[in-house]
Amino acid sequence: MPDSRATPFFSIAGLLALWIIAALLTDDPQTLPSPWQLIPLFQRELGSGELLHHLGATLLRVIWAFAIAMLFGVALGLLMGRSERVNRWLDPWLVIFLNLPALVLIVLCYLWIGLTETAAILAVTFNKIPNVATVVREGARALNPDLDAMAKVYRMSWMARMRHVVLPQLAPFIAAAARGGVAVIWKIVLVVEFLGRSSGIGFQIHLYFQLFDVAMVLVYALSFICVMLAVEWALLQPWERRVRRWRTA
Amino acid sequence: MIRVSILSKYYGGKQVLGRVEFSVAPGETVALVGPSGIGKSTILRIVAGIDTAFEGNVDRPEEVSIVFQEPTLLPWRSALDNLLLVCAGLDRKTALRALKKVGLAGKEDQFPGQLSLGQQRRLSLARAFAGRPALLILDEPFVSLDPDMADTMMTLTEELIAEARPATLLVTHAEAEAKRLADRVLRLQGAPATLQTESETDV
Repeated sequence: MPDSRATPFFSIAGLLALWIIAALLTDDPQTLPSPWQLIPLFQRELGSGELLHHLGATLLRVIWAFAIAMLFGVALGLLMGRSERVNRWLDPWLVIFLNLPALVLIVLCYLWIGLTETAAILAVTFNKIPNVATVVREGARALNPDLDAMAKVYRMSWMARMRHVVLPQLAPFIAAAARGGVAVIWKIVLVVEFLGRSSGIGFQIHLYFQLFDVAMVLVYALSFICVMLAVEWALLQPWERRVRRWRTA
Repeated sequence: MIRVSILSKYYGGKQVLGRVEFSVAPGETVALVGPSGIGKSTILRIVAGIDTAFEGNVDRPEEVSIVFQEPTLLPWRSALDNLLLVCAGLDRKTALRALKKVGLAGKEDQFPGQLSLGQQRRLSLARAFAGRPALLILDEPFVSLDPDMADTMMTLTEELIAEARPATLLVTHAEAEAKRLADRVLRLQGAPATLQTESETDV
């Protein structure tokens, strides 16, 4: 039986093979270049510093939007899950924001705040907060009331309750929200950059879209996908394993 | 001195408790007995300060500890952290001594899920006594145990109470348990529930 850890590599190799076949069949590098045709372009962009500059700009926006969206989303979800009254008031807002197209929020933020970094990050954040709040609300509803009572009787401080009683119970929900969050946020960040920034992967894609340069679009998109995969494997998965340690011990 | 003076308690529109007044002296163990569903747990939650929606008044000290029917531990923290994080101001040495007293020496780094159910209950007892409570509340702590384990746990509880001498309120529906542990038994009866008589029992 083959090692199951190797499966993802075979799976990606399969995707590459599909790409190569499609490139051979198209036989037009203008439409679909083969993977090896991208390598010199990638080296050129990396060498000139352009790639790192734009990757860094996008990554920074992703980090800011992610941090703010998680902070407010978790707080809002916790509040709504704990208080039926608050939930009755805020639930319709949540439904409206969940169904508001990302593009509308982005355009409105740019129109009202201007084509600034603040507007860009806020637009992404507003897009993500409702998702995080919805997931965390489910977790907050499932909090164990016995542990609450225990914490109250033993007069645990607010901080201690949050850290040791509430957040560990919410951890699986926060992890789910974070995971979905990163994936959605970086896609929205690209749109935000496409529409109104002069740096970042989205801006570069916009540039090469206007030049009909498929190869460069692919170089920038694939580079950022690699960065996000690294974030997933190097940060998110180890963190999830750490918070789940007590279950498997 | 713990003074409990409940005038009434409603759930929805229904009155579940009438006038219930009693006190527990330091070092005294008082048992509250009655059939299930009568409102014992409601009184316990009021005395513990978990339920504040009632008419009346409870004088209770700062240091309150509670042992629930279930161990009610933090499964994501080690046995030692279950004492240190819950009881504010507890130092590591005292916490380790508390674990040793209930027979959990050497288990301090284990998560509750790695302990047997009996050990989890011991940990819950250790937590209750580690904070040197002035008021100890026991909520049917032996109800779901087999007779042997119940006896062992009762003996351990008796020893710990004798050493720490808190004012203790034991809620139970088992007469034998009440007679064994308590200096005084209060009986809850009727609807809305009130205290029937205060009968003195010999220890």
